[in-house]
Amino acid sequence: MTKQRLVVVGNGMAGCRAVEEVLKRDPDRYAVTIFGAEPRVNYNRIMLSPVLAGEKAFADIVINDEAWYRDNGIVLHAGRAVTGVDAGRKVVTAEGGLEVPYDVLLLANGSDPVRLPLPGADLKGVVTFRDLDDVDAMLAAAERPGATAVVIGGGLLGLEAAYGLAKRGMDVTVVHLMDVLMERQLDESASYLLTEALAARGVQTVLGAQSEAILGEDGRVSGLQLKDGRVLPCDILVMAVGIRPNAALAKASGLAVNRGVVVDDQMRTSDPAVFAVGECAEHRGVAYGLVAPIWEMCRALAQTLTDGEGAYGGSVLSTRLKVSGVDVFSAGRFAGGEGCEDIVFRDAGRGVYKRLVLENGRMAGAVLFGDAADGNWYFDLMRSGADVSDIRETLVFGQAVTEGLRGLDPSAAVAAMAQTAEVCGCNGVCKGAIVSAVTDQGLTTLDAVRAVTKASASCGSCTPLVEQLLKLTLGDGFQVQTGPKPVCKCTAHGHDIVRRRIVADSLKSIPAVMQALEWTTHDGCASCRPALNYYLLCAWPGDYRDDKQSRFINERVHANIQKDGTYSVVPRMWGGMTSASELRAIADVVDKFAIPAVKVTGGQRIDLLGIKKDDLPAVWSDLNAAGMVSGHAYAKGLRTVKTCVGSEWCRFGTQDSTGLGMRLERFMWGSWTPAKVKLGVSGCPRNCAEATCKDIGVVCVDSGYEIHVGGAAGLHIRGTELLTKAASEDEAVWIICAVAQMYREQGWYLERIYKWMDRVGLDAIRAEIEDPERRRTLYDRFSYSQRFSRIDPWAERVAGRHTEEFNPMSRRLEFAPA
Amino acid sequence: MNALAKDIAAWPDTHWTDVGAVTDIPLRGARRVPTPSGDIAVFRTGDGAVFALRDACPHKGGPLSQGIVHGHAVACPLHGWNIDLASGEPTGADRGKGCAPAVPLKVLDGRVLLAAFAAPD
Ligand code: SRM
Ligand SMILES: Cc1cc2nc3c(=O)[nH]c(=O)nc-3n(C[C@H](O)[C@H](O)[C@H](O)COP(=O)(O)OP(=O)(O)OC[C@H]3O[C@@H](n4cnc5c(N)ncnc54)[C@H](O)[C@@H]3O)c2cc1C
Ligand code: SF4
Ligand code: FES
Repeated sequence: MTKQRLVVVGNGMAGCRAVEEVLKRDPDRYAVTIFGAEPRVNYNRIMLSPVLAGEKAFADIVINDEAWYRDNGIVLHAGRAVTGVDAGRKVVTAEGGLEVPYDVLLLANGSDPVRLPLPGADLKGVVTFRDLDDVDAMLAAAERPGATAVVIGGGLLGLEAAYGLAKRGMDVTVVHLMDVLMERQLDESASYLLTEALAARGVQTVLGAQSEAILGEDGRVSGLQLKDGRVLPCDILVMAVGIRPNAALAKASGLAVNRGVVVDDQMRTSDPAVFAVGECAEHRGVAYGLVAPIWEMCRALAQTLTDGEGAYGGSVLSTRLKVSGVDVFSAGRFAGGEGCEDIVFRDAGRGVYKRLVLENGRMAGAVLFGDAADGNWYFDLMRSGADVSDIRETLVFGQAVTEGLRGLDPSAAVAAMAQTAEVCGCNGVCKGAIVSAVTDQGLTTLDAVRAVTKASASCGSCTPLVEQLLKLTLGDGFQVQTGPKPVCKCTAHGHDIVRRRIVADSLKSIPAVMQALEWTTHDGCASCRPALNYYLLCAWPGDYRDDKQSRFINERVHANIQKDGTYSVVPRMWGGMTSASELRAIADVVDKFAIPAVKVTGGQRIDLLGIKKDDLPAVWSDLNAAGMVSGHAYAKGLRTVKTCVGSEWCRFGTQDSTGLGMRLERFMWGSWTPAKVKLGVSGCPRNCAEATCKDIGVVCVDSGYEIHVGGAAGLHIRGTELLTKAASEDEAVWIICAVAQMYREQGWYLERIYKWMDRVGLDAIRAEIEDPERRRTLYDRFSYSQRFSRIDPWAERVAGRHTEEFNPMSRRLEFAPA
Repeated sequence: MNALAKDIAAWPDTHWTDVGAVTDIPLRGARRVPTPSGDIAVFRTGDGAVFALRDACPHKGGPLSQGIVHGHAVACPLHGWNIDLASGEPTGADRGKGCAPAVPLKVLDGRVLLAAFAAPD
């Protein structure tokens, strides 16, 4: 029997694997000819990353050497691209005019890297990352001492390129359009950890950055210019922004082509004699960019080509990043639909973050950072579609723990655990250590076990297990636990611990706090995020970048939301004083924007109610023009300073209460605090400014100023307590700012001054304030923070900051009839 | 998926309207798209998923686009109900009390497409 002629276009991962699979099934059936555009034998493309990094040599990554072709009678035309396919005559034409006839044609010509059409994209030194030539080009550039590189694209390929170049001694910056690295595989938490891990390896990342132009000198790349004007100098620029299936050849030959060459489940194209596998193929609308689906495609194809009934049904994907020492695994999806839930595990000590997404009791996705050993197990569970409800409790601890306990009810499972079995992964505490600590030292509470053994003291996710052990060991002696109230359901830690760790560990972003304190959710909740944002702002004034998305709407748009979705605007009136020109400007704004209601507030100023969100910046602009700034009527921050007329006018006035109130408001405005802060200054004990029901109040007397704290007149009515007396106005200001700073640094988010005072005690506050040195440093920290806070948020928005917040995303839409 | 969404998922491309890039929506945030029958809120979560709901809370109509986005939920700015972004239903204690209808949406090449027409203005 004469052999059929199988011609393969592409000597890459898919082409050669397909031939291997065919030979395995029927070695004598085909006479095989392979065309490869690259002038070399078949190698493992995914290992180019370690080659770039210097961890492997090319010889190590060759899959099939020349002997393989020879032994299997395969004709290899290396370095010769196929230029045309004549499907009618069943002949391919290659470079140099070589024609080869086929009975079966296999297209496996992969894909090409996308080149962004930026100005300067054709400069020397602008490369992509696809084959060995690209690696050589990068290595040549890396040889120059002090050379720098920019990589556009923070996906798998871009990061591996960046890591490789950094390993070769270059300074590397990755520029990524999205605000999350590998956004298709990772969430923000994992991306944060990856950013840190890369930085430790010499790779900087610039997120949310749009590239504008590639700059050059003498025909060579010299830098990348971003849309925001920044220029990143570089000697080499790698574009790793995606791939495009090579479908041009197929299209020119009249085959059906979409994004890739369209194939059916047998990998057959629209021509029955032509097949396609690998990245050039599009199956059920999907063109893949990883090797695992290619192996499955090649099996189905080989089955079909050797008389079998092969069928490929599409693939679920998993990804691992190949950066040494950085364990990253991702599979499935997070864009959960209904019925999805998250399981999050963090181990700050080991830098581990794991997130599993379950959908209707089955694994739908997983992100693992720092410990990806169980990636394949999760991936298998995902692909098999197994119901994991039974093992939900232990799933996140991995296969070993889960299978050790399978099928047992929790307490029996705990009883059955070996004494040497590890219970707390973070601190490496085994069952035996806990049991003996409980019995030997007579421990009865979870806290005591934590204190003695450290079990469950870190991420807390083994708390149920430790509790079970405690119950089991103590029987009836077990006591239910009470500890400091956690910040929210995302963490076991209380506010104080969180605040302390932020300062002690120099935690400077929300993801950093969540990882270090082992949050049990991937991005927190509406309770903890605003709290963390405030704590960070307070700890690192001028340094921390406010996270707008972690602010309640009022603080995000600097106005109070109303029941109908409109907003109210309250300009500051310093100490309750106003003027004809301010009032006139307010009246003009009311007319101009047809503002439906104007009200004098209980805080001595004027409220404009019912303003449409889109009008806010224009309203602010007019108010700013008349010299008015935001009154922060919406803020967990300084609200009003109420005053009375005082010694300036009043026949009983002892001091200039109006002047002091204005001075305080002008100095303290814009400060963020755990909850709102209201001040009052009365000129005499008749107390017309109601100073003794304010957070901080001043009652002027002949001999000076009485400073009161801890009043409120809202949900609870509380008279203030007298803190101390000041002899001069300056001293009064110092004391008030020092108290405010103490509260800013110690208060729990949403805890007003009177509650904070109840918690820490008036005496503790007084001790701090009456010590001149400590008072001084508190005051200094307050003033330092104010350097960054006394900025009118309205003026910033008028100047164009965060315009997206006020503009609709798109023009008006008409709903389509269903 | 509700019946309407299923129906619409099979629509030809002309029924989908491009309302902007995914990156136009802040991470863990939302944008509004106005329509004659009320706004649509388009959300982007911390893990990059995009959702669209009618911008009206099932409680008292609060504008969900103005809430804090956390996980795959949004906290309504008016009284703090947490609404599941996939189903539009309140979670936790308020489960079962109505729903903000989901608007069929797909993401293609970084663009957000809604099953709605642009008004001829
Ligand atoms: C406008 C105003 C009522 C008025 O028409 O006079 C007002 C309006 C609101 N108050 Fe007030 N309070 C106003 C003076 C007061 C006062 C009187 C005062 O400041 O002397 C109090 C009692 C004093 C106090 O704070 O202890 C007061 C105690 C509250 C409370 C209870 C706070 C508490 O800790 O007990 C709340 C609820 C909260 O903050 O959580 C509140 C919350 C609110 C909110 C912000 C409700 C909200 O979250 O939407 C209202 C916003 C309406 C808006 O859009 O402007 N408002 N509120 C007053 C604005 C003052 C200003 O110029 O900034
Ligand atoms: C640096 C790097 C790292 C990667 N890491 C991973 C990873 O960790 N995990 C993973 O799953 N995937 C990874 N990938 C992706 C993986 O390598 C590809 O999915 C896989 O190589 C695709 O196989 P293919 O045969 O379709 O294409 P290729 O392997 O590209 O083979 C196509 C071959 O066809 C040749 N060719 C093109 N046109 C013609 C023509 N007209 N005539 C003749 N020959 C032609 C090309 O020169 C090429 O040699 C990585 C890719 C790169 C570049
Ligand atoms: S008392 Fe304050 S919170 Fe209550 S309705 Fe009046 S303004 Fe609103
Ligand atoms: S309107 Fe949304 S919670 Fe009340």
